[in-house]
Amino acid sequence: MKWKVVEKSKMPLLIEELTKEHEVFAPVKKKSLVSFERVSSGNETYLDFQNTKTPPKEVFFPQTEILFTYRVGKKGVEIGEAQAPKRKMVLLGVRPCDARSFVLLDKFFSSGENKDLYYLEKRKNTTTIGLACNHPLSTCFCTSIGGSPFGKEGVDLLLQNINDKYLIETVTEKGEKLIEKLPWLKDAEKADIEKTKRLSEDAEKAIRSKVSVKGVSEKLDRMFDDPVWDHIHQKCLGCGVCTFLCPTCYCFDILDEETEEGKRVRIWDSCQFPCFTLQGSGHNPRPSGKERMRQRIMHKFNYSVKNFGENFCVGCGRCVRECPVNLDIRETVEKISTRQV
Amino acid sequence: MSNPYIPNLAVIRRVITENEVNDIKTFELVFQDPEAMKNFKYRCGQFAEISVFGAGECPIGIASSPMDEDYIQFTVKKVGVVTTALHNCEEGTVVGVRGPFGNGFPMEMMEGRNVVIVGGGFAFTTLRSLTKFILHEANRDRFKDVTVIYGARNPGELSYKYDLEAWGKRDDINLNVTIDIAVPGWTGLVGFVPAVTKQVAPSSENAIAVVCGPPIMIKFTLPVLNELGFPPEDIFLSLEMRMKCGIGKCGRCNVGDKFVCKDGPVFAYKELQIMPKEY
Repeated sequence: MKWKVVEKSKMPLLIEELTKEHEVFAPVKKKSLVSFERVSSGNETYLDFQNTKTPPKEVFFPQTEILFTYRVGKKGVEIGEAQAPKRKMVLLGVRPCDARSFVLLDKFFSSGENKDLYYLEKRKNTTTIGLACNHPLSTCFCTSIGGSPFGKEGVDLLLQNINDKYLIETVTEKGEKLIEKLPWLKDAEKADIEKTKRLSEDAEKAIRSKVSVKGVSEKLDRMFDDPVWDHIHQKCLGCGVCTFLCPTCYCFDILDEETEEGKRVRIWDSCQFPCFTLQGSGHNPRPSGKERMRQRIMHKFNYSVKNFGENFCVGCGRCVRECPVNLDIRETVEKISTRQV
Repeated sequence: MSNPYIPNLAVIRRVITENEVNDIKTFELVFQDPEAMKNFKYRCGQFAEISVFGAGECPIGIASSPMDEDYIQFTVKKVGVVTTALHNCEEGTVVGVRGPFGNGFPMEMMEGRNVVIVGGGFAFTTLRSLTKFILHEANRDRFKDVTVIYGARNPGELSYKYDLEAWGKRDDINLNVTIDIAVPGWTGLVGFVPAVTKQVAPSSENAIAVVCGPPIMIKFTLPVLNELGFPPEDIFLSLEMRMKCGIGKCGRCNVGDKFVCKDGPVFAYKELQIMPKEY
């Protein structure tokens, strides 16, 4: 493990150097919205956020992604380029909760006989630079669910914010290789490294939300027909923002755009939408908000535990912050964990 | 590593209109690439994703038998965007095929045993594949008695009339075709599938039952099979779910922690008894 240091004033320079050999994705501020965008210069990047509005999953799993193109002509059908040419990418400024979502998504997209190369290739070609979290939000609960504000799961390098500089901790070999390309970076001083430890402890203490997920999966095994679902969904509007902003939600739809020279695309979809499971016959196995809410909670805290050994939630709190009717996944989990079943 | 989202191109060689209403057609496809044709090895009960370019993709059970090596068939009811587009395709149109997907029927379990096949409506497609496969001269000896119970609303709604006629002439299959309500000129059985199953009363001795049909038919057929002594582990059903990717990625066809597209679509009734009733 290596520790380097960069002054904040030199960050644009660092990013600029990275753009020479990589496509760099970093947080960009547009009015009040901070999201991950492709940056071409260091000045566009904005690192003074608490967390981005949209999760970084969209860099590896875009909201709309072309699976392939096709051309329908008189002589038949031609199928074109299946994937964009391989390119080296750097994803910079990812909070540890979101970085952990990549570890979960890796497990999902690489599972089974049929691997999802669109996601996996991009992941493989990307060096992910995390940004430790000094000031967690009131809606954050990463520490309850396997993460921490200075967590290193899913990152290759971790930036740690100390006053007017960032310490850069190398986490993986991939991260180390990237650091080698920046020989001008100075080694960090011991005192600063000591200081990050204190910052890390303080950040953990600052997370007041505690959610007990222990035993929730086992309880849910016995709760499919529980009356709890009759109440939880009542105020839900079914807008699906919780799933779109969730860094671990991955459901998608596949459709064709244009007829003759067209493209097959996949787009994000949501289990909260009625059409998600609507069958051709008109039958819908999840006809109301009750079944759809149950699916979302079951998927995250039971089905994923059974299939991948993980809760598919990283405690980023986006679904809590952005829900238009203030539904709170922490309260839902609490209701389940305190239920006598 | 191959990309499971890219379809193989296939030509519609023949279109067979199956019913009087003309909303069920069988499409006979041949892959453009002979290698793809050779490599498309499937089991009865599996499905594939059919692309009509410009309209999209949908999952359809394979209606031909794995013994039919130079073509594959899909029987499609016109219900949505893609199936309607497919119905509008003429012979010679190029479509896409991804698959085969899913687990298929437990053929190994059926060997050396009596097979009872119960189907209703146009859900008979994969059961037609199964019946055709078992009746093939190269396979018939591996299975004991074959009983088929197949029902439709009226004679005009029966699919595969050409097969039914041929099967009716054989003495190595107990074929029972029924319609819901009697009509002039119909000399076969009359009555709903569950009632006819009770009447035919196939023995559960060393037997496996496979059931496909509308939910209401399944609901009333299962108790009949239970009365006849079929244990839940010897009854198999094929589930219907909205699907997109066919490979367990798009996230919509799960029943509990199982994905119908890759863990199913065929489940033993015993498995379904412990799965959530959300299908």
